[in-house]
Amino acid sequence: MEVFLQQLVNGVSLGSIYALVALGYTMVYGIIKLINFAHCDIYMIGAYIGYYCMTYFGLSFFPSLLVAMTGCMVLGVLIEKIAYKPLRNAARISLLITAIGMSLFLEYGTMFLVSAKVRTYPAMTGFMAKTFHIGNVLVTMQQIVILATTIALMIALQYIVKYTRAGKAMRAVSLDKDAAQLMGIDVNTTISITFAIGSALAGAAGVLVGVYYNTINPLMGVTPGLKAFVAAVFGGIGLIPGAMVGGYFIGIVEVLVSGYGNSMYRDAVVFAILILILILKPAGLLGKNVGEKV
Amino acid sequence: MLELRDLNVHYDMIHAIKGISLTVEKGEIVTLIGANGAGKTTTLRTIAGLKKPTSGSVWLNGQDITETTPRQRVQMGAAMVPEGRHVFSEMTVQENLELGAYLRRDKEGIAQDMEMVCGYFPILKSRRKQTAGTLSGGEQQMLAMARALMSRPEILFLDEPSMGLSPLLVSEIFAIIKTINNAGTTILLVEQNAGMALSVANRAYVMETGSIVLSGTGAELMESDEIRKAYLGGS
Repeated sequence: MEVFLQQLVNGVSLGSIYALVALGYTMVYGIIKLINFAHCDIYMIGAYIGYYCMTYFGLSFFPSLLVAMTGCMVLGVLIEKIAYKPLRNAARISLLITAIGMSLFLEYGTMFLVSAKVRTYPAMTGFMAKTFHIGNVLVTMQQIVILATTIALMIALQYIVKYTRAGKAMRAVSLDKDAAQLMGIDVNTTISITFAIGSALAGAAGVLVGVYYNTINPLMGVTPGLKAFVAAVFGGIGLIPGAMVGGYFIGIVEVLVSGYGNSMYRDAVVFAILILILILKPAGLLGKNVGEKV
Repeated sequence: MLELRDLNVHYDMIHAIKGISLTVEKGEIVTLIGANGAGKTTTLRTIAGLKKPTSGSVWLNGQDITETTPRQRVQMGAAMVPEGRHVFSEMTVQENLELGAYLRRDKEGIAQDMEMVCGYFPILKSRRKQTAGTLSGGEQQMLAMARALMSRPEILFLDEPSMGLSPLLVSEIFAIIKTINNAGTTILLVEQNAGMALSVANRAYVMETGSIVLSGTGAELMESDEIRKAYLGGS
């Protein structure tokens, strides 16, 4: 039981990171029907921004988190404006290939700028280094901070999407672009806002993962990015609550597989889940199966 | 108030609208009738700014709006109820109406108009918290019209408001169109249900394969043999 609870605690931390990244995938898909492959690299760049904030500028965790989120927000919007916007009316496959190209550009551009070597996040001290024992289950302050940050961001996101003008515009554009335009909603601005929010969440995830796992490198986004994508599909792509549920589910499954089975299988299990969900419920756990509209 | 001058619209190689001109004067109900595929919807989409014309111009209140965005046209007092309603299905009735007032900042005015449209369509009031997708076809049509009215338009474009509705509901919708017009909103109505459209319209244009082939007052066209044969099912 204790082993299980310990795994659960670890799984929740990993799941928080997947959930934050999955949200960006799902929001962008919801609004322009694009699987933004460059999204996982925005997460990687978030980790680097956090790293430089902490090492070169000596900032503590929260300021670094904010700087990384802001930096990624700008980067996400720029990518959309430069690479995706000109293809707004092109075939979807062109957009997808551009996203893959953008992903490679960010990965190898980062390698060019900061070299491919693995960097180590500074060890957390003081408040962030505290640990707690609940029974025999070890909970670190980092895990608490990860969960608290993720939950705070999710609440903020839900508030924005449900109650603000920009959030309502986002939902309207993702449901029906023409009708949204007829309301006077500026579709381009709304798409930019979506990229900004999704990218900021990925940036936060990047810093959290740096703090939690310590090492970062320019290709660190690839596998977690794929898993976060699986999480988004699992929950129902395009659905914000789906990404949250999917992220935690995938994180917990992965940790349990490593803990009880064999860590060699953890990636295989995650992708097997993708295959299963695509066969059994293609619209995802929270999705409704609807026919393609003509 | 609204004028189209020699408007041409293409979809790739297809010449959908072939140099049409029409005018709508302030306070009128003008209808554009014609068979399926005549280009009525394309004409409305071009007027609303969703489709760019290849040549010709669209004028609103004496200004050339051909190059403006749909958003600017809403700001200038034009609103459209698209064909097939296009309500935001996963949002509540209330949220749909709020989005209709998206460009407005006057909270009090919005609240007043919310009351006004619920007066036109009382069913919406009781459905406020429901998502729009759960409404019946007729209710969705009412919501789409109410939503468009929430921008307080000077001119309202209606695309096939009778589509898929029972005859009883069609009469109800057309009665409300009359009421909206009497309250001061100019209306351009696209319809396949020619009889119903002509009965409420001051003037009408008949479209066939991208061109306007006939125009006149509603009463004149009702009397025309051609129209009776082609659109009204009379002999």
